[in-house]
Amino acid sequence: MARAVNNKRRAVVTLIAWAVGIAIFFPILYTVLTSFKTEAEAVASPPSFLFFDWTLENYAEVQERSNYFLHFLNSVVISLGSTVLGLIIAVPAAWSMAFFPKKRTKDILMWMLSTKMLPPVGVLVPIYLLFRDASLLDTRTGLVIVLTMINLPIIVWMIFTYFKEIPGEILEAARMDGANLWDEVVYVLTPMAIPGIASTLLLNIILAWNEAFWTLNLTAAKAAPLTAFIASYSSPEGLFYAKLSAASTMAIAPILILGWFSQKQLVRGLTFGAVK
Amino acid sequence: MGIKKLFGAACSLLAFGMVSSASAETLTIATVNNGDMIRMQKLSEDFTAQNPGIDLDWVTLEENVLRQRVTTDIATKGGQYDVMTIGTYEVPIWANKGWLVELADLPSDYDVDDLLPAIRGGLSVDGKLYAAPFYGESSMVMYRKDLMEKAGLTMPEAPTWDFIAKAAKAMTDKDNEIYGICLRGKAGWGENMAFLSATANSFGARWFDMDWKAQFDTPQWKETLTFYVNLMNEAGPPGASSNGFNENLALFQTGKCGMWIDATVAASFVTNPKDSTVADQVGFALAPDNGLGKRGNWLWAWSLGIPAGTQKAEAAQKFVAWATSKSYLEMVAEKEGWANVPPGTRKSLYANPKYQAAAPFAQMTLESINAADPNNPTVDPVPYVGVQFVAIPEFQGIGTAVGQQFSAALAGTVTVDQALQSAQQLTEREMRKAGYVD
Repeated sequence: MARAVNNKRRAVVTLIAWAVGIAIFFPILYTVLTSFKTEAEAVASPPSFLFFDWTLENYAEVQERSNYFLHFLNSVVISLGSTVLGLIIAVPAAWSMAFFPKKRTKDILMWMLSTKMLPPVGVLVPIYLLFRDASLLDTRTGLVIVLTMINLPIIVWMIFTYFKEIPGEILEAARMDGANLWDEVVYVLTPMAIPGIASTLLLNIILAWNEAFWTLNLTAAKAAPLTAFIASYSSPEGLFYAKLSAASTMAIAPILILGWFSQKQLVRGLTFGAVK
Repeated sequence: MGIKKLFGAACSLLAFGMVSSASAETLTIATVNNGDMIRMQKLSEDFTAQNPGIDLDWVTLEENVLRQRVTTDIATKGGQYDVMTIGTYEVPIWANKGWLVELADLPSDYDVDDLLPAIRGGLSVDGKLYAAPFYGESSMVMYRKDLMEKAGLTMPEAPTWDFIAKAAKAMTDKDNEIYGICLRGKAGWGENMAFLSATANSFGARWFDMDWKAQFDTPQWKETLTFYVNLMNEAGPPGASSNGFNENLALFQTGKCGMWIDATVAASFVTNPKDSTVADQVGFALAPDNGLGKRGNWLWAWSLGIPAGTQKAEAAQKFVAWATSKSYLEMVAEKEGWANVPPGTRKSLYANPKYQAAAPFAQMTLESINAADPNNPTVDPVPYVGVQFVAIPEFQGIGTAVGQQFSAALAGTVTVDQALQSAQQLTEREMRKAGYVD
């Protein structure tokens, strides 16, 4: 009897999980499907779901018109660069705040987070002027810097939370065994926090990859990443939904594949310490 | 992969990415994503072949993103672009601020006098040309000949609003999802307000009087908005308050609209059998009027301007002259056919019998453009330039806020009177803040 109830509950939960999963994934699936339609079929009402003339012409046209590889390379450099630079700054910061908290540590953490509360457009002009004077407009270096700054509060917060889970006694024990600061961080702390650091790394790559305000506003032709590539296919006058979908599919595919392969790491990192 | 390896790979990729490359004279051109501009990009090899010392970098963006992007750049003298695609809204404002290079050194065979007077007027300040028109557009009525015939009516070449209302009701067949008229309802200064400002001109309304006082409390605006909301409620598609150009284009192409009043550029889309199911049934007429001497059509020209901050003004001027020349039109005609030539900029194009034969909507486009006068847009005099907009920097914000009120009136969440009252209040407030009125 108990097993029957259990099975029933499991079936319901599975069903709900599938429904939620499909609801979340549906827009992406529909974008991918639309990218294989003609422009006329893309706006047909009622829309055909699978039974239409599949075509690759949108991909061919997007390839012909845009330099996908340049945008892709820019995206890779910008997202990896800003994440790595962010980690280099955030790990020591989080380490000192987690293991040597001072009176104002909490306030500093809150203050860091508060910088995320300002709408980015509010500081567009000052940042634009700074970038202009530093010759950083339309450069990857400039975007790496600005995305590092933007994502730094999140990186520090995440790593701080992971470090907090690690008992300070372990570090003390290492120190008793003669480990210096470098050994302590590299051989004791980092291996223990690897799942956390890895998930921070992945999450920040995704955030930087998808960032569409600064990457559009601070670039022109040379450093424009995939967000600018997508924006070049959007049009308020003319139905180019199929081409836009093809461009979107090409832009999200790399990050989707990365996410797929690293989902175990990502979930493990995000739930790190949650069940203790 | 170990974390060390990953880190190493990331660093080397970063270093590789940051190596900057040396370049010759490269023009960076910002443009919008529409068919004519994309064609120009494809054909630009002709320009680089003629000018071996000049390379071209293209930045194509969606209209609103582009506007934000180029405005930031030109206002801060960022110098990211050498040629910018801008419209008739930006040109007078930017030229007055000294942000644009005057196009004084166009080559002798450019023939400035061949530009359509309405378009040239919209791009000039004090008689000086500050941007060259790449393509021009107005608005007109596109209608289904078969549905019009079925309703027992004949569309005149220059219809009145009364006729449009009568025809829309007669063509509507809601059971079969056919709606007599499709109009813009989505809020935005370039969305519903483009249509409604132009329509209001034909009802004798205006945005401001000569003292910059907002005019939404006048009977003309009430008549305009009441007519629009009633017409759309009776004969428009459901959910019209979120429809813009693309939504209406999709509805018209799939046979769900009897009439559609929108940009002349739509003519080539709805008559293209590849995309449109009603391609062979489309007729055209001038935008409607109310017998007051002004038609409800707008005027817009996507144009190429050169920011004053550029170091490459000479090369940029060469490019602008190439892209907007007569020979460019001939090259497009030769390679892609006369129907694909960017319309609405030159008199000679409309005098060309080959173009007239290839583009059935040519005459209507020309007449629509000629019927709009950006320097004298309304029945009563106004202190501003612009048919479907007011060429002042504050208009983007005010226009969109008013557009939200009118969109809400169409959706039925506020009444026409409430929408007009809010529009009046917010416009007065913004104009006071901006210092136009005390």
